[in-house]
Amino acid sequence: MLSKRVKSKIVFLIFLMTTASVAFFFILKSLEKNVVYFFSPTEIYDMSNVASEERIRIGGLVKEKSVIKSQTSVKFIITDLKNEINVSYNGVVPNLFAEGKGVIAEGYLRDKKYFVANSILAKHDENYMPPEVIKALEKSNN
Amino acid sequence: MFKNFFPSKILSLNNNLVSNLLAVMILVIFVGLIYALFLSPPDYIQGDSVRIMYVHVPSSFIALGIFGIIGIFSILNLIFKIKFLPLMAKSLAPIGFVFSLISIVTGSLWGKPTWGIWWVWDARLTSMVILLFFYIAYICVWQFVNNFERANKISSVISIVGLFNLPVIKYSVDWWNTLHQPSSITLTSAPTIHYSMLIPLIIMFFGMAIYSLIIFLMRYKTEVMRFKLDKKKK
Repeated sequence: MLSKRVKSKIVFLIFLMTTASVAFFFILKSLEKNVVYFFSPTEIYDMSNVASEERIRIGGLVKEKSVIKSQTSVKFIITDLKNEINVSYNGVVPNLFAEGKGVIAEGYLRDKKYFVANSILAKHDENYMPPEVIKALEKSNN
Repeated sequence: MFKNFFPSKILSLNNNLVSNLLAVMILVIFVGLIYALFLSPPDYIQGDSVRIMYVHVPSSFIALGIFGIIGIFSILNLIFKIKFLPLMAKSLAPIGFVFSLISIVTGSLWGKPTWGIWWVWDARLTSMVILLFFYIAYICVWQFVNNFERANKISSVISIVGLFNLPVIKYSVDWWNTLHQPSSITLTSAPTIHYSMLIPLIIMFFGMAIYSLIIFLMRYKTEVMRFKLDKKKK
């Protein structure tokens, strides 16, 4: 049904697209370190050596009841429910920064358990709900 | 149905269809906006800035979808040499470009109050910018390469290469740690977005999709006319 010309074109395109996708895959694979926007506490824990001069980002959840706010600084714990890192930060946190919510801290790792942040970003999750619903959910949980 | 898109048919496309579609679109967008801005509740964390989503998400969806269509048309066109496919793809491109721009701008406006920053170079945001550049490259080729056959070939290759960026955009939030949140609406599980917010989102999506269709029909008609005129001149 298909003419020879069309067939050869299809073969060429399939060849082109497989090559392109393999190339794409390897480019992304080699860029992995840059593509990853932040490290989780477990990833930090698994690292063989900690480069304290390098500016990095760590992310996870703000541990419940871990936030200690003073006038100019804030201290809290980032957790991924397996490992934890203590974070200290001088400055104002975003409005949506809250216990139990996602957070990303940018700064320097002093050691595997202590991080000094220069900036704090609040990470929003994929849940969208009206306030009444969340209240009802909390009620039924208690 | 597809016969209506043949060049001979599209020229007889009367303004009646377009104005009917326009009336439907205005109605749908009007209902959607009322629902999105007044009837739907604020989010329990984000508050009222969640309303940006009703424009942001449909725009991103349409921007990705249109590029996907352009890419598939380009593949078919390279293989089978169907005359009207490049004209269709060419007419679609500016629509997708505008929507990807809207997606990025509204996302940025949402990012400032939510994340605390206008812009970051995480995988989702960066791959979306790459999509924008693919649109720009695609449109530029049609704009600046005068020979139709050459423009057709170059733009097709650009859009086919750009196709590979689409799954990267879609799955960037699952493959890597990103600041951007994962999708709330997936094929495999229940949406993590409350129905009172999902309904206006869907209405807005249809409104913007109809808008895209209208602009496409008008542009496509113009492109077919231009193509026939150029042929006559030669």
